Amino acid sequence: MSDLTALTLACARDGLRQKKFSAIELAHAHIHAIEKARALNAFIIETPEKALAMARQSEVRIARGEAGPLEGIPLGIKDLYCTEGVQTTAGSHILEGFVPAYESTVTANLWRDGALMLGKLNLDEFAMGSSNETSHFGPVISPWRRRGSNAAIVPGGSSGGSAAAVAARLCYGATASDTGGSIRQPAAFTGTTGIKPTYGRCSRWGMVAFASSLDQAGPIARSVRDAAILLRSMAGHDPKDTTSVDIPVPDFEAAVERGIKGLRIGIPKEYRRDGMAAEIENLWAQGIAWMKDAGATITEISLPHTRHALPAYYIVAPAEASSNLARYDGVRYGLRVPGKDIADMYEKTRAAGFGKEVRRRIMIGTYVLSAGYYDAYYVRAQKIRTLIKRDFETAFDSGIDAILTPATPSAAFGLGEKGSADPVEMYLNDIFTVTVNMAGLPGISVPAGVSADGLPLGLQVIGRAFDEETLFSVAHVIEQAAPRLAAPENWWA
Amino acid sequence: MSVDQATVRRIAHLARIKVSEHDVPHLQGELNAILAFVEELSGVDVEGVEPMTSVQPMPMKKREDIVTDGSIPDAIVANAPVSDDHFFVVPKVVE
Repeated sequence: MSDLTALTLACARDGLRQKKFSAIELAHAHIHAIEKARALNAFIIETPEKALAMARQSEVRIARGEAGPLEGIPLGIKDLYCTEGVQTTAGSHILEGFVPAYESTVTANLWRDGALMLGKLNLDEFAMGSSNETSHFGPVISPWRRRGSNAAIVPGGSSGGSAAAVAARLCYGATASDTGGSIRQPAAFTGTTGIKPTYGRCSRWGMVAFASSLDQAGPIARSVRDAAILLRSMAGHDPKDTTSVDIPVPDFEAAVERGIKGLRIGIPKEYRRDGMAAEIENLWAQGIAWMKDAGATITEISLPHTRHALPAYYIVAPAEASSNLARYDGVRYGLRVPGKDIADMYEKTRAAGFGKEVRRRIMIGTYVLSAGYYDAYYVRAQKIRTLIKRDFETAFDSGIDAILTPATPSAAFGLGEKGSADPVEMYLNDIFTVTVNMAGLPGISVPAGVSADGLPLGLQVIGRAFDEETLFSVAHVIEQAAPRLAAPENWWA
Repeated sequence: MSVDQATVRRIAHLARIKVSEHDVPHLQGELNAILAFVEELSGVDVEGVEPMTSVQPMPMKKREDIVTDGSIPDAIVANAPVSDDHFFVVPKVVE
């Protein structure tokens, strides 16, 4: 039965409709695969009983002819989404034991459409990280290894559990979230497809907040089509999130095979950086060739403020995080460490509850928002954000339909290899993805090749606001043209 | 700009995170590494540029000023580390 887990989400959906197998069989196959894969540490908690109960409900709806678009499809949920009655931690000790009394809008949309939950996926603490090494619940190990090596590789972050679980065939797809690259970078590292939709496309209600003007929900899946299917269910207007946009959600799946003949693809010259790894440069050149072969026109464009995006991000994101994370005070939920008075209780609780990276970012955020520094840092960074957004608008106004870039500056690295001495070393992972968050645009990462030592590499496609459809079309062309990526060798079961 | 150790202690207090004396020099180094990384922004010409305050240009949505939820005190205090009779309990704050 284990081969059921190797299907794509679309094949599983179609097979269920044709009664080739049942939702309960799919649930069992995945529950079994998850039990065997604990060495990956992808799940913080597994919810097999819930998955089976939901599968039984799916069977009833299928029998009645009331199947939803995701009926019977087992998914993993990043532990950043509040799930009613199921512990939600955001990978932090400070939220350990927190059991929400409500369901996030995005997960509620998935259950409305018939999907079932296999468990809550590991992530960097409060989604702050690019390697899934900052989780209180331990690092996630990628199912991928370098050729000829047994060394543990990171799955990327912050959605490392989501990416690892999808790559290792533990679920057909997973929810993820992206503040500076947290969907696209782990997708690139694990040979999966991840899309960060336009800011406002998905409701943030019930997602644990990191940086509210940057955070956006999105899926990680094993094909472009699967990502399109998932995003359609996740997206939609929600009155409970004032930044969610009230426009219709297109049938993204219908856009997948639309083709790109006649599209104009922009290649931003500022992304061609000194010291860029040759294999990344080659991958990018290969992607450009595939675009031409599919009938698109290639145009070099300029996004002159690109190099300021990452530094500006490291002002805006920590500033918003320091404000959002002020709520963890040991009073209403989560950890409490007693103190001699209330301030002492707050300070001890937060010292014990937050890990090092989160503490660092809260402190940077507190500093840049503090009296005397607000204008010099925060307001200036927000002005630079306007400039970054304007760069993209100028490119799109000139007739560019989508922009092609590498997804990451390198393939996945080894556990413990980066960032221990200098936090900035880790931050540089998001160099190609963070501009998209700063401008609020959609971006998709799609597997396009492998590194010299056999690890997956991804390309990124950036589009106009609310034009995810073009991203799916372009990504599908890459997916079709790229050498077929075999599943990672199963060393964990 | 860089921070001295007194500033590190002040930020930690503002952020309500207890930091041991042992951690101060290390934190100072980390914060200064990040501040050095963002330093280049001070050279960007932002004259006349409006700060970005919303990602998508749209009017702030408003709803009717009516009660939409409530009467769920059990759910609200369910996760509180200490509660009593639907109140959150904290150390004494008034002498």
